[in-house]
Amino acid sequence: MLGEGILKGLGETARNFAGSFVSAERLTTVQYPEERAPVIEDTRDFPFLVYDGSDWEAGLRCVACQICEKECPPKCIYIVKSTDKKPDYVGKPQIYPTRFDIDISVCMSCQICVEVCPFEAIKMDTQFELSTTDRFGGLLYDRKELARSNEYYHSIHPTEAAEVDARLAEEKAKAEAKAKAAAAAAAAKAAAGPAATAAPVAAKPATPDAPATAAVKPVDMETKG
Amino acid sequence: MSVSGFVQEKDKREGWNRPPVMEPDGEADLLEVAMGPHHPSTHGVFRMDVALDGERVIRLKPVFGYLHRNHEKLGEGMSYLGSMPFTDRLDYMCPLTNNWAYALAVEKLTGQEVPERAEYLRVILGELTRVVNHASAIGFLIQEMGASGTPLMYAFKQREKILDLFEALTGARMMVNYMRFGGCRVDATPAWLAAVRKVLDGLPQFADEFENLLTGNEILMARSQGVGILRPELAVNAGVTGPMLRASGINYDIRKVDGYSIYNRFKFRVPLGEHWDVYDRFMIRLLEMRESFGIIDQALKGIPAGPIMDPKAKLRGFRPKPGEAYGRIEAPKGELGFYLISDGGPNPYRYRIRPPSLINLTVLEDMCLGSNVADVVLIFGSVDIVLGEVDR
Repeated sequence: MLGEGILKGLGETARNFAGSFVSAERLTTVQYPEERAPVIEDTRDFPFLVYDGSDWEAGLRCVACQICEKECPPKCIYIVKSTDKKPDYVGKPQIYPTRFDIDISVCMSCQICVEVCPFEAIKMDTQFELSTTDRFGGLLYDRKELARSNEYYHSIHPTEAAEVDARLAEEKAKAEAKAKAAAAAAAAKAAAGPAATAAPVAAKPATPDAPATAAVKPVDMETKG
Repeated sequence: MSVSGFVQEKDKREGWNRPPVMEPDGEADLLEVAMGPHHPSTHGVFRMDVALDGERVIRLKPVFGYLHRNHEKLGEGMSYLGSMPFTDRLDYMCPLTNNWAYALAVEKLTGQEVPERAEYLRVILGELTRVVNHASAIGFLIQEMGASGTPLMYAFKQREKILDLFEALTGARMMVNYMRFGGCRVDATPAWLAAVRKVLDGLPQFADEFENLLTGNEILMARSQGVGILRPELAVNAGVTGPMLRASGINYDIRKVDGYSIYNRFKFRVPLGEHWDVYDRFMIRLLEMRESFGIIDQALKGIPAGPIMDPKAKLRGFRPKPGEAYGRIEAPKGELGFYLISDGGPNPYRYRIRPPSLINLTVLEDMCLGSNVADVVLIFGSVDIVLGEVDR
């Protein structure tokens, strides 16, 4: 019969229309500013810098190694190294960035800076409502605007942040063990040799406040079938 | 006219690879129309310079380049890793297959192996991408026929579910930047695999709905059957690939021909067209979508545990030995290939892309000649292009 196909199609449309009143499955629109779809945990948009502790300037993990600046595909990162040094999370004196700018209008959210960072210093944010009336300055973020606390990182990417903390704690423990061994060796040397000069480096006792326990994602995966 | 496989057969007739040159009737002047680059029915900034005699198309000249972004030259100045996020922006409807083709080319160049689990993940994601692409391609095609919105929104509803899966795994809906040389970036959790299973269970119902809505529709049939015929000889000669080629009745699917990745482990059929017209291209996409459901199902059942990255693979700062490699896959739109030449440096010496969209578009004039101007938009829609890939 001519028109049968059209009627069948219209029946489908009617079923969807009527279904949207009874089944949430068929009602897909979320009325955005009033309602919000849940944010998916692993989502990403723009990078931020992680700092430990409460002082953002002292706690920045970034050591201005400039790997992210070099690897950034659209070249939106600009870093100036410091001339002096400050201690990092394992207590080793490190250079820090006196300037760390990211041009958010150029950034393409590819996450390569996060992947290449050896210091877990740069991570991806989930904040997407970033519109501003200042087209140039408003989208060029300096290191103060980019700095976010580790707690904030935990609040947006809990699983990933826990993994990162576990890794950092492990590294710190390793560094402390090494420092202890070095101190012991130096002490032994000092005791053995009468002409030994004092070895002040690495002599201070390791601080035992490393958070050693943190949740880690299960490594082996369930196989299907 | 018989075409065996994809071997070209010379036809004795004159001008066999082109339809006869169209001549206007009588003395009437031709009307030259520039369709696009801002025509709402085109898939982006694309222009067709059409010469019309009444309603009949006498000449058609595709004009592209409005979205040119210098992608290939950028790739030569950038490390191998640096080009990966840019490949997302080629065919932005299916970024994961672009990632895959590029990763395949670099893996061939460096001789890296991909772990089993990563291969399975790639197949699952690649086939989900095919579902997304074909569903929205059909939606756009019907939209161009005048059904303003409904089929497209049905397709997009489903697409959104799959994009949510992509976001949960890769962090982004479209600009995924997921695959790496020698594996994938992040591992799938059991929860993610369960979510894929859940979406997959709903997909056949969606395909049924789509088919109920469209396949039997008399208006659709009247508009698309016998329109925009692409003869197999011409399709082979012009290098057309993908659903376009298969709709012209030629059995050529790189998943079967190359058996790249682990596709030789899965059972699936390759649908072929019989009438070589727009309706066949529409049906081929529907059928391929259904085959993809089967592949995802098999992959989900077979996915093993294990690493997802080759332990020897380096993320950055590697220098492949001088040489060249061509990695190609069956992307949803056709053969997507990346050709790389290395001179031993950290950047490729030459970085070339074989985009299926551009090459499928070259037969547009031959399909449109002699048809009505209203059908031009429809035929153009049936090619299924994304301008990001055409212009690069």
